[in-house]
Amino acid sequence: MLVETIMTRDVLTVATGATVRDAYEITKKHRIRHLPVVTAGKLVGLISDRDLRDAAHSPDTPVEQWMKQDVITCHPLDFVEDTASTIYKNRVGCLPVISKGQLVGIVSERDILHNLVEMMGVHAPTSRVEVELPDKPGMLAEIADLLRARRINASTVMVFPSTTEGCKTIVFRIGTMDPRRFIQDIQNAGYRVVQHPSALDEGEV
Amino acid sequence: MSTGKSAFVFSEDFTRYKFTEEHPFNPQRLLMTVDLIKELGLLDASHLVQPVPATEEDLLRVHDARYLEAVRRASLEGADPDHFAAWGLGTEDTPIFPGMHDASAMICGGTKLAAELVMSGQVQHALNLAGGLHHAHRSKASGFCVYNDIAVAIAHVREKYNARVVYIDTDAHHGDGVQWLFYEDPDVLTISIHETGKYLYPGTGELTERGEGRGYGYSLNVPLEAFTEDDSWMQAVRNVLVPVLTAFQPDLIVHQNGCDAHRFDPLTHLAATTRIYRDMPKLTHQLAHELCEGRWVGIGGGGYDIWRVVPRAWTMLWAEIVDSPLPADVPSNWLARWQAQAPVDLPTTFLDPADLFTPIPRRTEITEKNEITVRRALKGTPFLF
Repeated sequence: MLVETIMTRDVLTVATGATVRDAYEITKKHRIRHLPVVTAGKLVGLISDRDLRDAAHSPDTPVEQWMKQDVITCHPLDFVEDTASTIYKNRVGCLPVISKGQLVGIVSERDILHNLVEMMGVHAPTSRVEVELPDKPGMLAEIADLLRARRINASTVMVFPSTTEGCKTIVFRIGTMDPRRFIQDIQNAGYRVVQHPSALDEGEV
Repeated sequence: MSTGKSAFVFSEDFTRYKFTEEHPFNPQRLLMTVDLIKELGLLDASHLVQPVPATEEDLLRVHDARYLEAVRRASLEGADPDHFAAWGLGTEDTPIFPGMHDASAMICGGTKLAAELVMSGQVQHALNLAGGLHHAHRSKASGFCVYNDIAVAIAHVREKYNARVVYIDTDAHHGDGVQWLFYEDPDVLTISIHETGKYLYPGTGELTERGEGRGYGYSLNVPLEAFTEDDSWMQAVRNVLVPVLTAFQPDLIVHQNGCDAHRFDPLTHLAATTRIYRDMPKLTHQLAHELCEGRWVGIGGGGYDIWRVVPRAWTMLWAEIVDSPLPADVPSNWLARWQAQAPVDLPTTFLDPADLFTPIPRRTEITEKNEITVRRALKGTPFLF
């Protein structure tokens, strides 16, 4: 997924020359934490709610005096996961999105979290089955074959590192009310269904 | 408690709602239940009412015309299951079968009739055990459900009587279809108490699903932990239903009585006994008399241990509706008739013996978590405050 699909396009900004008070009013009114500072559509800096708190004693000073100037940015065609990694590694709260020298959007931590929630969430009626598999090629296909044989549709599939050495955990949300036979198929194929209450001794969840 | 006349809506045609021989949704449970009720002498001609199929108009109140058309085509002999995937049909859960439309429309007609008999004052309570197909969506079959008989009945009484309806769903699975169909309607309060969707189908039924627009606050979900037992389940049911129904002041109570929260149920992970299937109808009965002159429609739902759970649970439900005490023991004549075909030993008492199951080791934590869930569900219900 690309940044342009999740970014906020109508970016609230302040122009150079605006005062700390002006900027503070905007962040307060719209409940946002970052304001790009622009001149003729070009990004010249970024001022955060933290910068504004530091400047609270001088409300009439211009924002340029307090803003960060070396702003990390991204491009509309960057991948969301790379952007998430940039935000995490640089400990920043958002990335302005720049295209052809112009500010065209902004991506915040919140947008990325929302995107993740959407990806992992439940959209269609499904049951959840979590399988621990050897970390080697072909394993996903093997389980997918079992689903196909049972005519069961997979709604989401997520692959996570496992706590067991040499294994991966794959979480399926599958469109069936009765996953018993699928779970049995997995076990017959020699793999472990984890976390599922029917695979546990009673009450150990 | 004063109890007026009650109706038992039933037709042999209900058993035509059958997918395949191995499918867990098995209408034989209806025959076994009716046989048990009759054996106890609790069903006579004055109770029995024959349904007629729901009309096109009835079905169109809740379903998309194109979906009805697809179901009709899928009902023809020799229809190709692969053509109907977009409608949720032809899957392992909801395979297509000849006569599917007619069988489904008959069940809808049954639940609509039950609601009509109660709202028109001909009876005080009515039961359709074949109903309760709560997963069916506007234009998609899901989780063994083709048409949503509950929504058809509720939409009918909304239109004809402008009644305020409370829908209680105590099936182990979230009552998603009914919830989404009335999600924006403040005159239909849906309350679903179920096993959390963390693992179980359909995955929804979170506390945060509260309704939308004018209907905000009129959808209520109580997702309980896997391995929840009787006491914690009943505590949740009571602590939610009593204040919420009292504040809402319904004109009609519709209660879906899926009995798959039992420890024997093969599809779910709750750990209740038949005690809850005696106690829940008692509570609903009492609330119906306190709040809406007894107007109460009972419907069936899930229940996949058709031998050891469903006949007893639903017999207790009907006994409560007609206000008849039950003996402690299941009649031996009935046991003799069914034991031979049963792959398991049939229980001989209506209430499971106290020592039948070992207590769940994490009972204290599960109970605590469920109490928190109930508190949060009530906190998010604006009309209570």
